Amino acid sequence: MKDWRYWLAEQRGTLLALGIFIVMFIIYTSNHPAGFTANVVQTAANKGVLLAFVAMAQTLVVITAGIDLSVGMIFLLTNCLASWLVVGTPMQTTLGVIAVLAVGLLCGAINGAIVIYGRLQPIVATIATGAVFYGIGLLLRPFPGGSVNEDLADAMTGRVFDVVPASLVALFAIVLVIWVPFSRSVLGRAAYAAGSSETAAYMSGVPIRRGKFAAYTLAGLLAAIGGLFLTFFTYTGDAAYASGNAYTLFSIAAVVLGGVSLFGGKGSAIGAIFGALAFRTIGDLLFVFDFDPLWQPLFQGVILLIAVSLGAFALFRVRNRLEWFL
Amino acid sequence: MDSAVPLFQMEGISKRYGGVRALEKAELVVTSGSIHAILGENGAGKSTLIKVMAGVVAPDEGRMTMDGREVTFLSPAAANQAGIVCIFQELSLVPDLSVADNIVISDPPKRFGMIDRKAQRRIAEEALARAGAADIHPLALVKDLPLSRRQMVEIAKALARKPRILILDEATSALTAADVSKIFSVLKRLRSEGLALLYISHRMNEIAELADQCTVFRNGRNVASYKAGSKSDNEVVELMIGREYSHIFPPKPAAVPAAAAPRLEARKLSWTDRLHNISLTVRAGEVVGLGGLDGQGQRELLLAFFGVLRGLSGEVLIDGKPVAIRSPSAAREDGIGMALIPEDRKTEGLMLPMTVRENLSFAALDRLSKGGIIDRAAEQRLIDDMVGLLAIKTAGLDIPVGALSGGNQQKVVIAKWLMRQPRIILLNDPTRGIDVGTKQELYQLMRKLADAGAAILFYSTDYDELIGCCDRVLVLYDGAVKRELVGAEITERALIASALNIHGEESPVGLGASA
Repeated sequence: MKDWRYWLAEQRGTLLALGIFIVMFIIYTSNHPAGFTANVVQTAANKGVLLAFVAMAQTLVVITAGIDLSVGMIFLLTNCLASWLVVGTPMQTTLGVIAVLAVGLLCGAINGAIVIYGRLQPIVATIATGAVFYGIGLLLRPFPGGSVNEDLADAMTGRVFDVVPASLVALFAIVLVIWVPFSRSVLGRAAYAAGSSETAAYMSGVPIRRGKFAAYTLAGLLAAIGGLFLTFFTYTGDAAYASGNAYTLFSIAAVVLGGVSLFGGKGSAIGAIFGALAFRTIGDLLFVFDFDPLWQPLFQGVILLIAVSLGAFALFRVRNRLEWFL
Repeated sequence: MDSAVPLFQMEGISKRYGGVRALEKAELVVTSGSIHAILGENGAGKSTLIKVMAGVVAPDEGRMTMDGREVTFLSPAAANQAGIVCIFQELSLVPDLSVADNIVISDPPKRFGMIDRKAQRRIAEEALARAGAADIHPLALVKDLPLSRRQMVEIAKALARKPRILILDEATSALTAADVSKIFSVLKRLRSEGLALLYISHRMNEIAELADQCTVFRNGRNVASYKAGSKSDNEVVELMIGREYSHIFPPKPAAVPAAAAPRLEARKLSWTDRLHNISLTVRAGEVVGLGGLDGQGQRELLLAFFGVLRGLSGEVLIDGKPVAIRSPSAAREDGIGMALIPEDRKTEGLMLPMTVRENLSFAALDRLSKGGIIDRAAEQRLIDDMVGLLAIKTAGLDIPVGALSGGNQQKVVIAKWLMRQPRIILLNDPTRGIDVGTKQELYQLMRKLADAGAAILFYSTDYDELIGCCDRVLVLYDGAVKRELVGAEITERALIASALNIHGEESPVGLGASA
């Protein structure tokens, strides 16, 4: 086989997610009263980018065969924090942004330390830490409020050269700065190897623990970037419990839609980004068709079921039934 | 090569697992530029020896020297660093990564802090070429490769680490004949380059072709070291046996007449590349053994009967009628009445945190309940019977089964199935890791069940057990029945010879395999 075929096979999940997104987006814009305009794209991008950041965070952890149920709460906590800190002079604003990102890193590092060194199961550990993160967010913002440096916020949510949504540019930059180096580093490979077969990785002398720790920590950072953007869009901090939970669950949906295997070891954050964008577009489809919004959760659920079923076909090929339970 | 200081030496190495002695004052001398074969039957201590060398297991006592200096390996990475690289029986490849990723996994080439994919590709291609497997594409995912190709990747991966001592533990067991000959020329070339190779294999013909030096292990000790070719196959088998009978077995009754109708029958059973045209019969009242080296398809055969495998070809007959068993719950239905005592009681046999009572009644719940409600009194009566029959020692029925000793856990697994009064009992190495006393009770029980009319198919890795318990033994090799031993033919010599697929003085009785 030629090299490009292997590349294609490796990127199949990502390309599938891209395909789903493009189809959905075409249906969406062609039925939108305003059509395919910079405005429509900008609005869609701003909504989609939030979930995209949280889904990227989830991807890093899922690759290690873990799951992070606290990403939505880190997202909320950093939103509340940003509504206090990302204000004032450019200098103060910069320091505020750094502080918010540092808190995200810290949250992720705590998750990683508990799961890796405390040997707790990721699902339980992150439910607990998620509750703690939410609790801190609630103390910071018992009621929605606060503000943000509006110049920065408008720049990040506006358009570059009057066409390209700035939030998409930021997303692209984050992929280049965080995802690409991680996926090509030894630690990134260790995270993949640990997720695919921890024993084989151990036997090969792979730095499993450091790889997993890096994945959890960077997940916290990415969720914080999402929280920062939430603040840019809303100009406020709001510890909205339901919203945090929804982001956590949607991030898992986006990850699966993006071809990342929940069993670990397989998939890419780029796929998860397209998964997130596709998931958002599906949610918005009903509005352009003038359906009752009450139908949205049901409709979104059905589409999601169909999409994830595509990934389950491999089970039909299993010859030893005991492998179903592995 | 007989220079004063050997490349690597082990002295007085011992290792215990709980009460089991895996290695007892073992010695080994490895010289560079030679291929050293390690022989021994299942459980002789070969695997533990290798694990100690490769830094996977720390020895309880003894010392190792390399180039005359004492060494200790705290991890596989430390052993690698010293130049000892092992190709394990269980593959150490990460399935979702590419071939090239796997080959460089221990120490990827880096550029600006990131993995240098071009250099990685180059290293992988070189290593694959050196292993004689240049046809494997470096970008292919390991999980998409068949087992034999994966084994070649494993070898390439080992070579990429520039070893001084290369250990191959059953490295050819998954390979096709063409691959084996390729590997052999690679190994011979490596020997001429000055590497020391440790070669563990059950295939006597391979050892004859490759090895310069042989060491035989038995019961955790090295019992003989000799120059390859200086002993006959039979002498080697003698060295590997040399063990006293330590078990007491119940007397065997007169053979069940061959004319009796079989309870369980297989005709030309095949499954993927693991089972080939297996035909066998088990009659009521018979204990039929499955012998052979570990991993020759015995487990798969039992799983096939029990409805776990999909895509079987061939026929299974119960009482002469063809049946299609599609799941374990179908296998235990009344018309079939099959029970499987699994090999790994901790994962496949018991739910460790649940109570003894719950574990005992799982398989029989449908019989003990009416309209979905469990009849507690009937459950209690049956459980009391079973605890009495098997003499299960437990502080109570409501403690977690995980708190019992290994032997008593195994009794619970067996009792669970006996509560359904099975007509066909499949046992998958049931005495592994349990004490001698309980073993004897199990042997008695097995015979008692057979006398009561059950048909028993019994896989064991312990040759003594096969000799002591079975009316007939089928020896499997490479997924096919190579030989059937009946009554007095079941001797340790015959078992080992046919397990190694060498023909002793007795002429083999072909069965199924040639069909």
